[in-house]
Amino acid sequence: MTTTTGSVRNTAPPKSPAPRLRSPRAARPGRPRRSVLLTVLTGVVLVYSLLPLVWLLISATKSQQGLARSFGLWFDRDFDLWHNIGTTFTYQDGVFGRWLLNTLLYVVVGAGGATFLAVLGGYALAKFAFPGKRAVFAVVIGAVAVPGTALAVPTFLMFSKMGLTDTPWAVIIPSLISPFGLYLMWVFATEAIPTELMEAARIDGASELRTFFQVALPLLAPGTVTVLLFTMVATWNNYFLPLIMLKDPDWYPLTLGLDSWNKQAQTAGGEAIPHLVLTGSLLTIVPLIAAFLLLQKYWQSGLSAGSVKE
Amino acid sequence: MPKHSRRLLRGLGLVCALALGATACGGSDDDSGDKKVGSSDIQSALKKGGTVTVWAWEPTLKQVAADFEKKYPKVDIKLVNAGTNNDQYKALSNAISAKKGVPDVAQIEYYALGQYALTKQITDLKAYGAEKLASSYSPGPWNSVKSGDGVYGLPMDSGPMALFYNKKVFDKYKIAVPTTWDEYVEAARTLHKADPKAYITSDVGDAGLTTSLLWQAGSHPYKVDGTKVGIDFTDAGAKKYTDTWQQLIDEKLVSPVTGWTDDWYKGLGDGTIATLPTGAWMPANFASGVKGASGDWRVAPMPQWEKGANASSENGGSSLALPELGKNKELAYAFVEYANSGAGVQTRIKNGAFPATTKDLNSPSFQNTEFPYFGGQKANKIFAESAKSVPTDWKYLPYQVYANSIFNDTVGKAYVSSTKLTAGLKSWQDASVKYGTEQGFTVEK
Amino acid sequence: MTTLQPPVAVRRRRSWTGWGFIGPFVLVFALVFLAPLAYSVYLSLFRTQLIGGTTFVGLDNYQQALQDSQFWEGVARVGLFLLIQVPIMLGIALLVALAIDSGRLYGKDFFRITVFLPYAVPAVVATLMWGFMYGTRYGLVGDLDDALGTKLPDPLSADLVLASIGNIVTWEFVGYNMLIFFAALRVVPHSLYEAAEIDGAGQWRVITAIKLPAIRGALVIATIFSVIGSFQLFNEPAILQKLAPNAITTDYTPNFYTYSLSFAGQQQNYSATVAIVMGVITMIVAYVVQLRGMRKGA
Repeated sequence: MTTTTGSVRNTAPPKSPAPRLRSPRAARPGRPRRSVLLTVLTGVVLVYSLLPLVWLLISATKSQQGLARSFGLWFDRDFDLWHNIGTTFTYQDGVFGRWLLNTLLYVVVGAGGATFLAVLGGYALAKFAFPGKRAVFAVVIGAVAVPGTALAVPTFLMFSKMGLTDTPWAVIIPSLISPFGLYLMWVFATEAIPTELMEAARIDGASELRTFFQVALPLLAPGTVTVLLFTMVATWNNYFLPLIMLKDPDWYPLTLGLDSWNKQAQTAGGEAIPHLVLTGSLLTIVPLIAAFLLLQKYWQSGLSAGSVKE
Repeated sequence: MPKHSRRLLRGLGLVCALALGATACGGSDDDSGDKKVGSSDIQSALKKGGTVTVWAWEPTLKQVAADFEKKYPKVDIKLVNAGTNNDQYKALSNAISAKKGVPDVAQIEYYALGQYALTKQITDLKAYGAEKLASSYSPGPWNSVKSGDGVYGLPMDSGPMALFYNKKVFDKYKIAVPTTWDEYVEAARTLHKADPKAYITSDVGDAGLTTSLLWQAGSHPYKVDGTKVGIDFTDAGAKKYTDTWQQLIDEKLVSPVTGWTDDWYKGLGDGTIATLPTGAWMPANFASGVKGASGDWRVAPMPQWEKGANASSENGGSSLALPELGKNKELAYAFVEYANSGAGVQTRIKNGAFPATTKDLNSPSFQNTEFPYFGGQKANKIFAESAKSVPTDWKYLPYQVYANSIFNDTVGKAYVSSTKLTAGLKSWQDASVKYGTEQGFTVEK
Repeated sequence: MTTLQPPVAVRRRRSWTGWGFIGPFVLVFALVFLAPLAYSVYLSLFRTQLIGGTTFVGLDNYQQALQDSQFWEGVARVGLFLLIQVPIMLGIALLVALAIDSGRLYGKDFFRITVFLPYAVPAVVATLMWGFMYGTRYGLVGDLDDALGTKLPDPLSADLVLASIGNIVTWEFVGYNMLIFFAALRVVPHSLYEAAEIDGAGQWRVITAIKLPAIRGALVIATIFSVIGSFQLFNEPAILQKLAPNAITTDYTPNFYTYSLSFAGQQQNYSATVAIVMGVITMIVAYVVQLRGMRKGA
C-alpha cells in the first residue's frame, strides 16, 4: 500500500467519547487458562510474520557468491555478516553512513515536526470551538484520498520554483503533515485532558500557550509518543517523494540509497552488489525495530487510550 | 553557487567582448543554431574556470571528472547520479519544465535522444564543431546522435552486439556455437533436451533486444522525418525475426527469468542460461555480477539471419548531451569532448567501458586486450568487428522512451499467453501510433 | 456515530483561539497538499503535446478518463483486490488480536511485538524480500519444489501475481491492524465480561456479543484505511514489475497508471485527471464504508 506520503489515514472521530482512560485489565480476576492449541495456531501467523525477516537476517550473513550458491533459509559456509556490514559502511566512500545520518535528520526534524503540528492541531480540534473547524478535517480527509504519485510532479514544480528541490527541506516539509497523527491526537486529547484542569489553569490567569505547555502537553505524552512512532515509520520508509525531489545522492535517505544500489545491477557497467543491498536493508530496519521495542510501553498505552474506540 | 555562476557569466561576457567575432559566445543563447563557438573560446573558458553539473549514472565518468579537474584546476565538475535511465529522464524533464536545476551535461541513451532533440531541449553541438568528430566514431553511435542535420550529443559508449555463450555448457553437450539464428534454435532444442533446466537464453520480452534484433535483420520498423512518423513491424526483416523467435517461445526454449534480476545473474552463473546476445558493454557486468562463472564464458559474433552474412546492430549505449537550459556551455562541451573523444576515453576503457571511437576500437592495444574472465580471449576483436557491421539506416521513434515502456504491456503477451509475436508487435504498433497521434505527430500506419 | 461530527468542544463559544493551535498544521497542509492538488486540477484542464505545445481543453481529459478502458480495468483490479485481500488481512488481524486479548496464549507479549514488526519494514525492502522468495528457480518456492519434488505454480505468473501482491500487503499490515484491534479490545469495560460470565456465556458468545460490537469503531476505521490503501496500491506492483514485467502492466493499478502516464509518457495533464477521478472514487467508497459500518447494528 502506498504510505509514501505519510500515513494515509482517514476516519471519523467519535461523536461523544466517554472520557475514560482506563488502565489495562491487569487486575482481572480469574486469569484464563493458557491454551497450547491457540498458541500454536497463532504461532502460524507469527512464523508468517517472521519468515521474511529471518531470511533477510540470514542473507545478510552471506557473501555475493554465498547468496548464489546456498539455500535461502540457511547459512552459507562463509559467515560474512561483519564483513558485509563493514563493506556497507565503506562502499562508495562511506555514503551509506551519510544516508543514515540524512535519514536521522529527516526523522528528527520531519517526524518530530509532524508530531508537534499534530499535537497542536489535535489539541485545537479537541478543546476549542473555532470557525471552520469542521471544514478543516473534511478537507484533510478529502485531500488524503488523492493518490500521492500524481501530486508528486506538481509538488516538484512548486518546490522547484521556491528553490527547495535537492535540499533536505524538500523531504522534510511534506513529512510535516500526518493526517492520521492529527486524528489520533484529536481523539486522544479529547479524552486525556480534563476540561476542569484547563479551566482551572485559565482561572489562575495562565495564558493559552502556558496552559498548553504546562497542563496539556504532559497529559498528552503517551499519545505523542504513539504519533511520533507512526510518523517515524512514515518518514523512515519514505521513498517516492525523495525520489522526485532529490538528485544529489548526498541527500538521499536510506530507502533511496538502497534502491540506487539495487539498480546498479541493472545498468551497463554497474556493479552488482546484492549482498550490500541486503545488509543495508537489514541495517535500515534495525533502528526502527529497536525504537519500537524500546518505546513500546508508551506507544501502546497511547494507542489503547486514545485511538480507536467508539 | 548562483553567485559563482553569475560571476562566471560576467567573465564570459568579458571574453565575448574581447573576442574578435561578435557571435563568438552565442553558445549560451537559446537560438544558437547557426553561431559558431571556436576552440579558442572554449580554451579561454577553461582558463576562466567555473562549475559544470553533469547528470550521469555511468560509473567510469568519476575518474574522468577527477582527471579533467586536475588538468583544468579552475573547472569544477559536479558529477551527480540523478538516477538511472528513466528516473533521470523524468528528473531532467521535471527540471526543464521548472526551468530550474537543469544540469549542464546529461547522459542520455541513444534511443531516448530523439525526443529531446526534436523538442530542442538539448543543444545542437554543431556550433561547437562537433561535426568534425563524425569520422572518429563508429557508424552506429554517430548515426544515433544525429537528428535532422543537427548533432545532439557526443557518443559516450556503444554496444555493438555479440553472442556471449557459456563454453562449459556448450562443451558439455557438444553443441557447436551457432552462426545463424536457425542454428541457434537448433542449439536451443539440443540443449534443453539434454538438460531440461538449461535454456539457450532468457527472454521475457525486452524492447531493447527486440529492436536490436530487428535492426540486425535489416528491418526498418520506424520511419522518422521530423514530426512525421511511420511504424510498421511487418517488413521482411521483421518477419525473419518473428518466425525465428516464435519457435523459441512456442517450444519453451527460452528461460522465463527476467533480465537483470538476481535470478538472472544466478542463471548466468550456473549454466542454466547458456547464451546472451547483447552489447559489448556486458563484460564489466559479467565480471562484477557473475564472478563465480569466470572462465566459463566466451564471446562469438552474432548469429546471422542469413548464412554467410555479416550484419550486426547496436544494443544500448549512451551519449552526453548539453541541455538547452544548462549553463556554461563552453565548459560543458569541453568536458564532453574530453570524456567522449579525448583523453577520457582511454580512462574509461581502462575501467571497463566500451568506446564508440574508431581509433580506440581499432588500436592494437585495445584489440589485443585479453579478458581473463573469458579465458584470456581477445574479445574486443569481435566487438570491434561487430561495430563496423552495424547498418546505419536504423531509426528510433522520437518517443521511444514511452514506446519501450509499454513493450511488455503489448508484446509481453506473446510470452505468457497464446498471443503470437506478430500480434503482440501489432498491438505495440497500435499503441505507439495512438500515443504519437495524441502527441501531435503525423503518424502513417 | 455518523460522519464528521467534531467532538464536543470545551468552549461552546466560538473563538479564533483554536486557530492559533491548528494554524501551523493547516498552513503546511495547504502548502504540501492543497496547493499541488489545486495545481493538479488546473493541469487537468490542459493538454500538452510534444508537438504543438499546451492548449486549454476544458473537461476533455475527464471525458477521456471516463471512457478509458485501461483506467477502468485498473479500478476493477483494485476493486477485486479490495474485496478479497482486505477481509483476509483484517480477519487474520482480528483473530490474532482476539487470541492475544483472550489471555490464553503463552508469551503473548512476544506475539504482539513480533506480529507487528513487519510494519517497520519499508515497502521497498518488503517487496524485494518477497520477490526473492517467490522465485521458482532460486527462491523459496524453487527450494520447496526441489525439496518436495513438486511443481508449485509461479507466484509471479499473470494469474497469481495479484494474489502474491495481496500476500505482501497482508504481511506488511496484519500487525498494524492487529494492534489497532488489540488496543481497542483492551479498553472494553471489564464489567461486561463479568456479567457475561455470570450469565454463563461461552468464549464465542463473549466475542460475538460483546467484543466485536465494542470495537466496531476500530473495525470501521481499519476498513477505511485499507480501502484507501488498496485504491492507492502502487509500491508493491511497481517494484515487482521488474521481476514480472509481463504480468504487471504499466496500467496495473490506477495509481501505477497515473505514474506511468506522467513518468514514461510525459502526459502530466492526463495523469492529473486520472488521479483526481481516482481520488473522488476513493472518497465515495470510503464514505460509503463508513456510513454502512456505522449504521450496522447501531
